[in-house]
Amino acid sequence: MKNIFLVLKREYLVRVRKKSFIVMTFLTPILIAAFYGIIVWAAVGSFKSEHKTIQVIDESGLFKEKFKSDKNTTFELISGPVATAQKKLKGKEDKLLVHIPADIMSRPNGLQIYAEKNIGPMLKNRIEKVVQQGLRNIKLSKAGITQQVIEDANQDVDAQTYSLDDEGKSQSSSTMAAYVAGYAAAFLLYIFILVYGAGVMQGVMEEKSNRIIEVIISSVKPFHLMLGKILGVAAVGLTQFVLWGVLTFGVSSATQTLFGFNRFTATQEVINKQAEQADPEVKKEMEKQQNNTLQTIENFSKSAQSLPLAKIFFCFLFYFLGGYLLYSSLYAAIGASVENQQEAGQFTFPIMLPIIAAIIFAQLAINQPDGSLAFWTSMIPFTSPVVMMARIPFGVPAWEIVLSMALLVLGFVGTTWIAARIYRIGILMYGKKVNYKELSKWLFYKG
Amino acid sequence: MSHILEAHDIVKQYATHRALDGVSLNVPKGCIFGLLGPNGAGKTSLIRIITQITAPDEGYVLFDGQRLQPNHIQDIGYLPEERGLYKKMKVGEQLLYLAQLKGLSEREAMDKLKVWIKKFDIKTWWTKSIEDLSKGMQQKVQFVATVMHEPKLIILDEPFSGFDPINANLIKDEILELRQRGTTIIFSTHRMESVEELCDHIALVNKSRIILNGSKKEIKNQFKENSYSVSYHGELGNLPPDFELITTKDAEGSLQQATIRIVGDATVNQLVGNLINQVELVSFHENIPSFNDIFIKAVGSDAPDESK
Repeated sequence: MKNIFLVLKREYLVRVRKKSFIVMTFLTPILIAAFYGIIVWAAVGSFKSEHKTIQVIDESGLFKEKFKSDKNTTFELISGPVATAQKKLKGKEDKLLVHIPADIMSRPNGLQIYAEKNIGPMLKNRIEKVVQQGLRNIKLSKAGITQQVIEDANQDVDAQTYSLDDEGKSQSSSTMAAYVAGYAAAFLLYIFILVYGAGVMQGVMEEKSNRIIEVIISSVKPFHLMLGKILGVAAVGLTQFVLWGVLTFGVSSATQTLFGFNRFTATQEVINKQAEQADPEVKKEMEKQQNNTLQTIENFSKSAQSLPLAKIFFCFLFYFLGGYLLYSSLYAAIGASVENQQEAGQFTFPIMLPIIAAIIFAQLAINQPDGSLAFWTSMIPFTSPVVMMARIPFGVPAWEIVLSMALLVLGFVGTTWIAARIYRIGILMYGKKVNYKELSKWLFYKG
Repeated sequence: MSHILEAHDIVKQYATHRALDGVSLNVPKGCIFGLLGPNGAGKTSLIRIITQITAPDEGYVLFDGQRLQPNHIQDIGYLPEERGLYKKMKVGEQLLYLAQLKGLSEREAMDKLKVWIKKFDIKTWWTKSIEDLSKGMQQKVQFVATVMHEPKLIILDEPFSGFDPINANLIKDEILELRQRGTTIIFSTHRMESVEELCDHIALVNKSRIILNGSKKEIKNQFKENSYSVSYHGELGNLPPDFELITTKDAEGSLQQATIRIVGDATVNQLVGNLINQVELVSFHENIPSFNDIFIKAVGSDAPDESK
């Protein structure tokens, strides 16, 4: 036991003091913050668009009053022919040409927009919406429905989803929040297992190629050495995880105080910018949307709070350790059996397959958290850590979690046992190219 | 207990290869024990069993009178032929780590290391990475790592490889000093001159079996052929049938040299008597076989392995 701890301690200290660890640990939260900053900046900045002049040839004569100019856009009604107007468009990047054909009522997709450059989706949407609304109003009026009824009928619907907890009380939940949390947790786990599993393999290979292995195992049992190394690397992973959490929180709250905004005001700003350029009628619409957006954000943050965060955190730790132990012991066995990176490739591939499969299953499970595929893949120890983490934010029955955890424990005890038997032979084997047949023989060698 | 180590009928079987086939061996306390043998004879397999890296399939090992068990690891120091240290680790940290793995506390390790640091004059290396040291320096660090926990038994596999003559001498003196303090040393090498110089006992392993085992004197006696080198002036005529003249040759000037073997029951004195009657004797000494000769002879005459 003492030796396991000594190995663990060395492994931990050596890795934590590495430059790459320090750089990765401190840079990643900054990168995440910067990434987020760029997104916000881009979202705010994209509305500072230049002025556009939009020429409209309305052959149907139905939309004369419908297009409203504002600060950034000027609508001009001109009369055709389209070909002439098109020619005049050449070389003028700030001009667009909208052609509404005479038979627009019977052929709504006859609407044409010409521009020197590609037209942005916002503007396209706006033009389409005007035409679409105009057409609908005309058609509804023809059917005898008054303007009043039409406005009343303009209702936005946003479903509030509730999940029933064990006591039958309904709990407000947002599928969106669970989706984000599930995907983030699953992905983080996937990355951690891959990166740190490979780290263990590298460490074992290093000891073997350094030839220090023989000195060490004349003092430490191979199994203790392997376990110490695996646990040491796990401790490094947890340290990094905790530091990331602390730093990301620190950096983002620092940025917020520094620049005096938080994400809600940033969103608000975007909406205000949009509203500014709209005409009064659209503004009303915008305000309604804005209220909806605020409502959604509020719902999201409320439901994010309603997520069982403590449970997610605990499960994350458990599944990280379980999944990591399962895979890293196999990685250790590979590291012990091969002598160089190229040789390692052929053995790591079959191990990576189930991890990659797990992240794919996790994506499917997020869309159908209670499906049978989600259930079974969250029971099989090779995929369960990643898939289960994706499901947990949606709420998973306790018995399923307990069963999955128990199976995972069995799984890693099993792989560790197999790995240890391969490891103890492999680390002393030089100059021999191993294959699966050879490896399977090692399993049955006597001490 | 006069033996620090007793191996009894050790068998170690690898898939298709029997690495050790009924090996028995006694290593007396406080001696330098030469474990010799050609490449692939099974020396490393035997060492790995003693260091408990692997377990024997049959047979057992007694260490200081007890069955080999995990706590004996602390009493054994092992310097493998293939040297290795953590390249990026600092010398000091590395030595402390290895000492702690051998069961010393950090403080004990520190105290013991101080002595060695002074002795080998390596204080300035303490904070250097192993990869920044020359090969000879690395070897020194590794030697310190092998002996610093003051084990009862030290196993050195080719300890002089990679050392220049000055450092090789330094290590040799250390080995002799360790013996003086009562440490037993198992010394595996192919360099017969150092066997000649250092070893008190030897065992010769060939094809998974021990073919020679005993004190230096016993083995030399076993291999000497009762032959004598003689140098003289004059003409050597016929000798009685008890004495076989093997070679004669001219040396410097009128000096002659001959090798004579006593075949029958005759004594050395009788040979000398016969010689001084015929020639003017300059020198006379017994031919003692070198370990080099013994090695080649013993391995060469060993029956070919039929399993191969």
